[in-house]
Formats: sequence, C-alpha cells, structure tokens
Amino acid sequence: MLNYALSRATQFALSLIFASVVVFALMSLLPGNAAQVALGTNATPEAVAALEAQYGLDRPPVIRYFDWVLGMLGGDFGTSYVTGAEITPVIVSSVQVTAILVIAAIALSVVIAVPLGTFAALEQRNWIGVTISAASQIGIAIPNFLAAIILVIVFSLTLGWFPSQGWMAPIEGFGGFLLRLVLPVVSLALVQAAILTRYVRSAVLDVMREDFIRTARAKGLTRTKALFVHGLRNAAIPVITVAGVQLATLLVGAVIIEQIFVLPGIGSELVRAVANRDLVAVQGIVMVLVLLVLIINLVVDILVPVIDPRIRSAA
Amino acid sequence: MSHRPTGAQNPRDAAGVAAPPATAAMAMGPTESRRSALRLNASMVIGAVLVVLILGLALVSFFWTPYDPGEIDPVARLQSGSLDHPFGTDKFGRDTLTWVMYGARITLLVGVVAVGIALLIGTPIGIIAAIFAKQPWGIWIDAVIMRANDILLAFPALLLAIVFAAVFSPGTGPAMVAVGIAAIPGFARVARSGTLQVLGSEYVRAAKASNRGAPAIAAVHVLPNIAGMVIVQASVAFAISVLAEAGLSFLGLGTQAPVPSWGRMLQESQQFLSTHPELALWPGVFIALAVLGFNLLGDGLRDRFDPKMEARGA
Repeated sequence: MLNYALSRATQFALSLIFASVVVFALMSLLPGNAAQVALGTNATPEAVAALEAQYGLDRPPVIRYFDWVLGMLGGDFGTSYVTGAEITPVIVSSVQVTAILVIAAIALSVVIAVPLGTFAALEQRNWIGVTISAASQIGIAIPNFLAAIILVIVFSLTLGWFPSQGWMAPIEGFGGFLLRLVLPVVSLALVQAAILTRYVRSAVLDVMREDFIRTARAKGLTRTKALFVHGLRNAAIPVITVAGVQLATLLVGAVIIEQIFVLPGIGSELVRAVANRDLVAVQGIVMVLVLLVLIINLVVDILVPVIDPRIRSAA
Repeated sequence: MSHRPTGAQNPRDAAGVAAPPATAAMAMGPTESRRSALRLNASMVIGAVLVVLILGLALVSFFWTPYDPGEIDPVARLQSGSLDHPFGTDKFGRDTLTWVMYGARITLLVGVVAVGIALLIGTPIGIIAAIFAKQPWGIWIDAVIMRANDILLAFPALLLAIVFAAVFSPGTGPAMVAVGIAAIPGFARVARSGTLQVLGSEYVRAAKASNRGAPAIAAVHVLPNIAGMVIVQASVAFAISVLAEAGLSFLGLGTQAPVPSWGRMLQESQQFLSTHPELALWPGVFIALAVLGFNLLGDGLRDRFDPKMEARGA
C-alpha cells in the first residue's frame, strides 16, 4: 500500500513537472515575444527592449523557466506584463470562488445521482427505471451553459426567484451569497448528476450480480436490504472514481458558467487573461488548474484501495 | 491495474476499478438478453437518425439555405418563428434556420478533424504499448507510454483549447487540434486494452508460432478485432468535441465571426434572453441533439461490439 501510494505520488510530481514544461514551452512558442504581445504591434523596438529587460525576458528560456517554477513553488506567480499587477492575489481570491462553486456542484450531483441511480438499477425493468435512464441520457447531452441559460430564463427572468448574475462573498451577506449560488451550482450539477446516475446504476447492477449478494439473498435478506448491507460499499468504488473525474471536469466546466453568471472565479480570470493576451496570468492560472486536477486524481487513486481491500492487496 | 475496454465518457473511469466478474454476461437469462437486444437497437437507431439529421443539415447547406447567412434585414430583426423565418431571426435580421444549417458544418468539421487526430495518433500508440507490454523486456516502454498518456489526461479538452487560443489566436483551427490532442489518451487506452486481449488469444499464439512478425499480427489480427471499440470511442469523442467546440465558441475563443457556429449563436442570444429567449432555443436544441445523437450511437455500437457491456446495461 505504501509503495502504491509512493508510486502515485511520484507520478503526480512527474505529471506536474511535465505540465509546467509544456505550458512554458507553448507560451514561449508564441510568434514575437511576450513583451511585444503585451505592448501591441505598434510598439517601438526600444519600448519592447525596455520591457524585456524589466521583466528579464532577455534571459535564456531555461533560466526563465526555472525562475518561473521556483517562484510558483514559493507562491509567487509573477507580475503581469499587461497590467503590471501581481498575479498571486488574483489567483488566490478567484480560486476560492471556483472551489465553492465546484464543491457545491459535486455534492449536489452526488445527492441527486446516488438515490436516482440506485433506484433505476433496482427498478431496472419498470417504467420508472427506464424513465430515469432516458432522462439521464438527455441530461448528458445538455451542455452546462445551455442548462444555465434555460435556468436563467425560467427561474430568474420569468419567475424572478434568483438573480441572473453576480456574486456576493459570504461575509457580505450569507443569504445573498446562497441566493446567487443556486443557479450556477444547479446548472453545473445537473449535467454531472445525469452522468453520475448512469454510473451509479451500472455499478449497482454489477454489484447485484455478485455472489455475496446471492448468498445474502439466500440467507433471507430482501433485495434492497442485501444491497444496503453488502452492496453499496462495493458499488461506491467505481462511483468514487467517476466522481473524481467529474470534479476535474467541473473545474474546467466552471469556466463557462462563471462567464454566464459573471462570477469572479478562476475561469473568468483565465478568459480575461486570454482575451488580454496576458500570458503570465494564463500560464499561472493554467498551472493552478492542472495542479488541482492532478491533486484530485491523486486523492482518488489513493482513496480507492483504502475503501476496497481487494484492490489494496492487488496494489 | 487492469484497463477494461470501455468507451465511456472518460477513460479514467476504468482505472483502479476492479474488473467486473466475467460471469456477468452469462448470468443473465434469455428474456433479458432479448430485451437488451431491443434496447440497443433503439439507442443505435435514434442515435443514427440524429447524426444523419445533423449531417443532412450540413450537406444541404452547401446547396440550399433559406437565406444567405450574411443577409442582413433591418426590418425583420428579432422576429419569432414565422412562415418566412421558421426559426425566427437574430438581432441583425439574419435567418436563424440558415445559421443553424451553417453551424452544423462547423460542428461536424471540428468533430471530424479532432476525432481524426485522436484516432490516428491514439490508436497506434495504444497498440504499440500493448505489444511492448507483452515482451518481458518491453514492459517499461509500455509503462512510459501509458504514464505519458495519463499526464495528457490532466489537460481536459476545454482547458487545452483555451491554452491554444491564448498561444495561437482564437479560431476553429487551434480548437480542433487542441480537442483532438486532448482526446488521444482515450483512444490509446481503448486500443491498448483491446490489443492486450487479442494478443492473449489462441489465434495470435498460432500466428506467432507460424513466425508472423508483430506488425503483421497487429494489422491482420489486432486491428479488425479492436475496430469496434475504436469506433465506439470515436462516437463518444465526437460528442465531447461537439461540446468543447460549442463551449469554446460560447466563450468567444472558438469559431470567430462571421462564421456561423452554434456556440456563438448561443452566446449572442444572451443579451436578449429576457425579451427573445427563442434565440437561445435553436442553437441549444441542436447542440443537445448532436451530442445526444453521437452518445446514443456510441452506446448502441458498444452494446453490439462488447457483449460484456450488454449485461451491464450502461
């Protein structure tokens, strides 16, 4: 188990290093250079050279790479060439907004999907089971931004229950914070819940065919009781893996949702940075997102054998 | 860690999960198998119909559209559906049906190119990795390839596409390439697990005994046998690329004006949501139909090609 965890951790570190090299290389690939991009095509060569010297862009790429990476390790993501502002505070404040959004969305989708999927598996042959399956299939096909637009039309513009956009920090007013959180979270969660429902259903179906369930049934337990006593823990394993993947998907999916609802999350910062050609910010934000995705994967990989002794012994 | 052949939404889902019991397919009764045979036909037929519908829209748009996509009609701005404009018009009085038809082109173009890139790169990578995995001296090569694959998985399609948009200015081209690269790991995993199964079979042992080389075995025995799973993956990847293109264009980082794209139509509809919600309706409906179509097609094909999945009802 320890070996397994160590090998996962090594892979995590290697992935992160590789990602940083790729991101840095891509950004350096840019036609012209960052200073030129920041100043625009009309800038005089002198101005470009001055900016290059100011930000150390005239140094060799390898030095700049290590400078960048060491800075990030110390929590310093550098200074924007475009706005001249520090990037770290922007990342720190915006990542909190995104984290709230994504965690609430995954929690909601689990709360929706686990009962629905279990029910769909138990009632597989009924119209209820078929309806849940069909509904989840359609839910998967609806992109989160479409769900968001529909929700805004119905619950904000028509019914007026929730604001259509904006953000309020919890300390400014907890009610307002929750009110503004509802539509973005629901639009993120609905699609993920649809996907997760299908996985829960198929995991439960798999478990119901296991020998130990048959034994439990032979001992006189009802189908539902056998599932609750013996089955759910087993069905949880694939579901946790998928939920982990979804958490990563949500992180990126939130980029669009933050745009629609004008939330000051890391996705909004990323889109703004791309639009402004603010490459230092793009680099930093992309690395933060990749880091988060990798951390999620690492946690899932380590969590699964902890839950399932069979995988633990195999690993 | 066992890699089950699955073409599901994200290839990671099979990682670290115990393989399902091999008896699953045998455990079901005759009624159940007939039932699922019916069901799989339903997904495949509905999926195929939707895909043909989108394909038809795109093809017809080359010969005929109700209006010219650039035709601006200030008098007929922001109209609801009518006989003249079945889907209504946008803020410039452009015909929405025409735009939907043109949008189908971009959607399919991005899907075909992205899936093509991923399939042509990912499948050989997976086959090669599996062939090395079977050699005592080649296990580490397989390990390196698959770890590199895992690393690529840390870049979701949309994120990679945003990075590409930042580096090479935003456009359909960088978007297609980025989505394609992000889809490579899925194909590599499917091809690898399929190849491993084939390589363990009797007929491959027979081919080896008759002194066939690895390339010949890959071409004659592996490719035809994993083609089904690869096609399933292609269908699923197509659905993902439709979503990614729509999302990117919605952010303004994908297809640029004036080329009609469903994602951008949806984005432009936002400012009129309170007065003309139907502007969001049509591009939204067609994005959903395209994704649904490719997902259902993939599901139906998976049931056909992978008997194990049939019993799982996934």
